[in-house]
Amino acid sequence: MTAAGNPPRRVLVAMSGGVDSSTAAALLVRAGWDVTGVHLKLAGTPAAEQVQGRGCCTLADADDARRVAATLGVPFYVWDLTDRFRQAVVEDFAAEYERGRTPNPCARCNERVKVAGLLERALALGFDALATGHYARVAGGRLLRAADAAKDQSYVLYMLGPAQLAHLELPLGGLAKPEVRALAAELGLRTAAKPESHDVCFIPDGDTAGWLERRLGRRPGTVVDPAGRVLGHHRGAYRYTVGQRRGLGVSAPGPRYVLSIQPATGTVVVGDREQLAIRVVVLERTSSTDGAGLRRGRAAVRLRAHGSEMGCEVRPGPGGRVRLELDEPVGAVAPGQAGVLYDGDVVLGGGTVTATA
Amino acid sequence: MTVPGAYLDYAATAPLRAEALAAMLPLLRRPAANASSQHAPGRAARAAVETAREQVAALVGAHPDEVVFTSGGTEADNLAVKGAVLARPAGARTVVVSAVEHHAVLDAAAWAAQDAGAVVRTAPVDGGGRVRLDALAALPVPGATALVAVMAANNEVGTVQPVAAAAEHAHAAGAPLLCDAVQAAGVPGIDVGRDGIDLAALAAHKLGGPTGVGALVVRRGTGLRPLLHGGGQERGLRSGTLPAAAIAGFGAAAAAALAERAQAGPRLRALRDRLRDGLARAVPGMEVNGDPDGGLPGLLSVRLPGLRNEDVLLLLDRRGVACSAGSACASGAASASHVLLAMGRDEPQARQTLRLSLGHGSAEADVDAAVAAVAHAAGQLAPVRAGSA
Repeated sequence: MTAAGNPPRRVLVAMSGGVDSSTAAALLVRAGWDVTGVHLKLAGTPAAEQVQGRGCCTLADADDARRVAATLGVPFYVWDLTDRFRQAVVEDFAAEYERGRTPNPCARCNERVKVAGLLERALALGFDALATGHYARVAGGRLLRAADAAKDQSYVLYMLGPAQLAHLELPLGGLAKPEVRALAAELGLRTAAKPESHDVCFIPDGDTAGWLERRLGRRPGTVVDPAGRVLGHHRGAYRYTVGQRRGLGVSAPGPRYVLSIQPATGTVVVGDREQLAIRVVVLERTSSTDGAGLRRGRAAVRLRAHGSEMGCEVRPGPGGRVRLELDEPVGAVAPGQAGVLYDGDVVLGGGTVTATA
Repeated sequence: MTVPGAYLDYAATAPLRAEALAAMLPLLRRPAANASSQHAPGRAARAAVETAREQVAALVGAHPDEVVFTSGGTEADNLAVKGAVLARPAGARTVVVSAVEHHAVLDAAAWAAQDAGAVVRTAPVDGGGRVRLDALAALPVPGATALVAVMAANNEVGTVQPVAAAAEHAHAAGAPLLCDAVQAAGVPGIDVGRDGIDLAALAAHKLGGPTGVGALVVRRGTGLRPLLHGGGQERGLRSGTLPAAAIAGFGAAAAAALAERAQAGPRLRALRDRLRDGLARAVPGMEVNGDPDGGLPGLLSVRLPGLRNEDVLLLLDRRGVACSAGSACASGAASASHVLLAMGRDEPQARQTLRLSLGHGSAEADVDAAVAAVAHAAGQLAPVRAGSA
């Protein structure tokens, strides 16, 4: 890792307190890096309201990360990024729902706070690199899928460019989750058996609809069919996401799905499964991992964190918009989600879904 | 990973004095001895406790029987605030606090408001962090005020408060004055008789004693209810077996602090001025928070414009220089200080603040190391600073 006589390279590791980032830090220590750990205080949930073991950024998580850093013998800090997180992620999350979209807060957080924002700060502080516990790989300056397809998190990192990837270390990208747990146990990390976190971290009870209602207030509206016939009423269009089937509160002969949300009128349009199918996706705010922009041609696209991929034709348009023509029709693509393009294992880049047809 | 370096965080905790360690060791090594026990080892432990009580009393001009040992400054403040509130009937439970009190006072008062029917009235401070006496004079409700709390000197910015004047306002309304003297008990020191203080909170570790022990000085005649019940130790005000060794260390630290008080003030002030001048050269535009001329002689709170204190602290730590952001939340993250906000600073300014504090073991070499490290950090972060300006 380091040539004889040279000081070890410095890396700042974002330590959430979970098993992944703990193990990432340990692997970097083992590889000879000069490691410093930092825990980001992101969600400003008061300690008394924190649900044990739910969400992230709890006091217990900061304590876990601190304990791991002490075990590894590396300096450790807690940084308060609650303001930035609130503006860039939490406010954005609510505003996107208000616009009838379904945001991906993790991608947003990586873009604005956790990876891109932190990397900039790490370099300013004289670190050579930033490391995280994400499952993805960086090789030859490109972002690649993780070796463990089931754990792959390259989807939430698509917005990174070459200047960032040059300084990003992802020690877990070549490992499978069981290997990571085994390593954590072998290294004596107390987070080895910690459960996975899946929730939106700033909504610790998991009730997104309730959280949005407290924030945006009740906004009653109608549920209609594609012809505009009123089928029912709802408390707020933000409670729905395109493709949703359950909890529509309408009685119909067959299953009904949310086809679209019209935020201006608060109207939720529902229909049957066939009407959900789309063949065109338009991305906005696009970026490419090589910094050269997304190019016309073939690619595979992933439209959901844990969804399948399909072939498509990429058609760049004006203003950073990119039109994707899908090989097969798909159902349920919610505006606001990330669309990420791949060429084999290489992440080409992506953007935010703004329209479908 | 520990780097030998300069410790400039005495306001967080001071290194243990040799005198304190020497006083504690025999009590830690000897066979078990409860200071309440009626046998020879018990009497020996009790004698050590009573010696310490005299030493602590002497530090603040109190009678030994006015010293109630606690687990530290936080417990002392809690006992004073809650005990004074509970000693008054409902309807006479107004609590007046300065806006820059320690959270041990503010949060105890908030508890009393929430759970004990107290009404909390907060006295504002001026831009230097000094409580505004004109406002304070109007806040105590005559005959219905349980407590007025004004600290001796602020722990974050070092501003020395007009305690004697505050005591007059408290007494005029028939209320006792609580003076949190945790930060100021050594230098410049307090005198409970001279200053009209009824309750004074102390912590051993800020004086160079051990952590885990402190005291509330309760002047005779001050009504107070206990919070901890049990064996009735400390005249019923604080039950619990006395930690004789820790108390002995407290007493020795108090005696040492008192003995060096006269020369410590000028010595610390000279070191602090050297630090201030060095930092001002290293970081153009640096501002001093609090009272630049008076204030605690060993404490310097500065704002480094454009530099986030979290970043500076990391770079200082890398070079073995220990200081603080001034206030921290439960997770350990630096948080925007309520003291600086009360002084009219905004949140970004509060997050550019560094607290450097000196004490009994500080030397010029520590100051120079800190100045060099801050200069280095400012150079490292110059591009960031340019971007944020």
